[in-house]
Amino acid sequence: MYTQSLDTAKPESGEAHTPTVSAAQALFTAKMRADKKVEPRDWMPDAYRKTLVRQISQHAHSEVVGMLPEGNWISRAPSLKRKAILLAKVQDEAGHGLYLYSAAETLGTSREQMQDALHSGRAKYSSIFNYPTLTWADVGAIGWLVDGAAIMNQVPLCRCSYGPYARAMIRICKEESFHQRQGFEIMLTLAHGTVAQKTMAQDALNCWWWPTVMMFGPPDAASIHSTTSSQWGIKRISNDDLRQKFIDATVPQAELLGLTIPDPDLTWNAECGHYDIGTINWDDFWKVVNGDGPCNRERLATRVKAHEEGAWVREAALAHAAKQRARSLKEAA
Amino acid sequence: MNDTTAAWPLWEVFIRSKQGLEHKHAGSLHAVDAKQAVQMARDVYTRRMEGVSIWVVPSEAITASDPDDKAEMFGPMEDKIYRHPSFYKLPREVEHM
Repeated sequence: MYTQSLDTAKPESGEAHTPTVSAAQALFTAKMRADKKVEPRDWMPDAYRKTLVRQISQHAHSEVVGMLPEGNWISRAPSLKRKAILLAKVQDEAGHGLYLYSAAETLGTSREQMQDALHSGRAKYSSIFNYPTLTWADVGAIGWLVDGAAIMNQVPLCRCSYGPYARAMIRICKEESFHQRQGFEIMLTLAHGTVAQKTMAQDALNCWWWPTVMMFGPPDAASIHSTTSSQWGIKRISNDDLRQKFIDATVPQAELLGLTIPDPDLTWNAECGHYDIGTINWDDFWKVVNGDGPCNRERLATRVKAHEEGAWVREAALAHAAKQRARSLKEAA
Repeated sequence: MNDTTAAWPLWEVFIRSKQGLEHKHAGSLHAVDAKQAVQMARDVYTRRMEGVSIWVVPSEAITASDPDDKAEMFGPMEDKIYRHPSFYKLPREVEHM
């Protein structure tokens, strides 16, 4: 799973640098040009740090919230095998959230600050998780399409200029491929099943296709932060290029499944060697981003509830550890 | 959010991927004590048999060199290329020394 390429913050206007910082700034710029990595204690411009904290934490929140639509199906998955697979996948998402929170923490933010930003609604997470998983086929479609789109986006992030983020992404990408394949296999099984099962698979594709295509974020022309992010080596490939890559890879997969992509304008453009798609309904995208998707409130409420109801456990664990420590000190004395 | 819980301490996790290899830094996590840190490291960093042994170290116990001292710390080694075997040109006959 991943964060959508969406920067909701306003672009920073020309940074003011004190003379002492400008030498460090020059070094940093040279580093960016030479495609070198930045590590946590290296000097970095405030805007670079802020952009990374925002992007990495948003990404981490997406992994955590991303567990909700699937977690709902762990007990309902159609067989013990499917339950075990889904459980493993959801556990991976939790792990991905942890890798990313850890990477963000190296930039000087705390886990509590990030969680608070999520729970208070200040921080965004990928809008894709604000859609419901009403049938088992939705779980398959999430794996195939949503995780497929995530991989497209995440592979270039493995070369991100910030070391801890790049390392987290390498780990995540290694695990993500299983997610997409298990999803495709669910779709394949349904597509070769009864008429009702195939219809269910087609309905899921109808539901998830456009939201997934929109996961790559607004068109390049409307993306406010892309230029700085690409100069900084945070964003390597543009939203539109990634989206095209995803479409070109996915259309033949849908054909293989015998399912129809819900876009009457979808055509192969032999001239440029890509698929052309119909017009994307960005109004729908912004509606969901701005809080009015089918599940925005429910997702956030579930997160907040889990966090609040877990408070006593976190507190008790800390108290228990303190008691154990005191006891072992006493025994040693 | 009125979270009264204090933050759990941060631990650095090192994993030995197989017997005979060194422990390598894998990442970090928050845990109340060393025992819990090991258990969590197992769940987070070895779900696909990535390790046969785990070390956890409180992050605050690590002393690191200052990135600003990089030049004076590591620079002096730059011109000591005679420390590398490739510095020495030997006759062909002893190529495998």
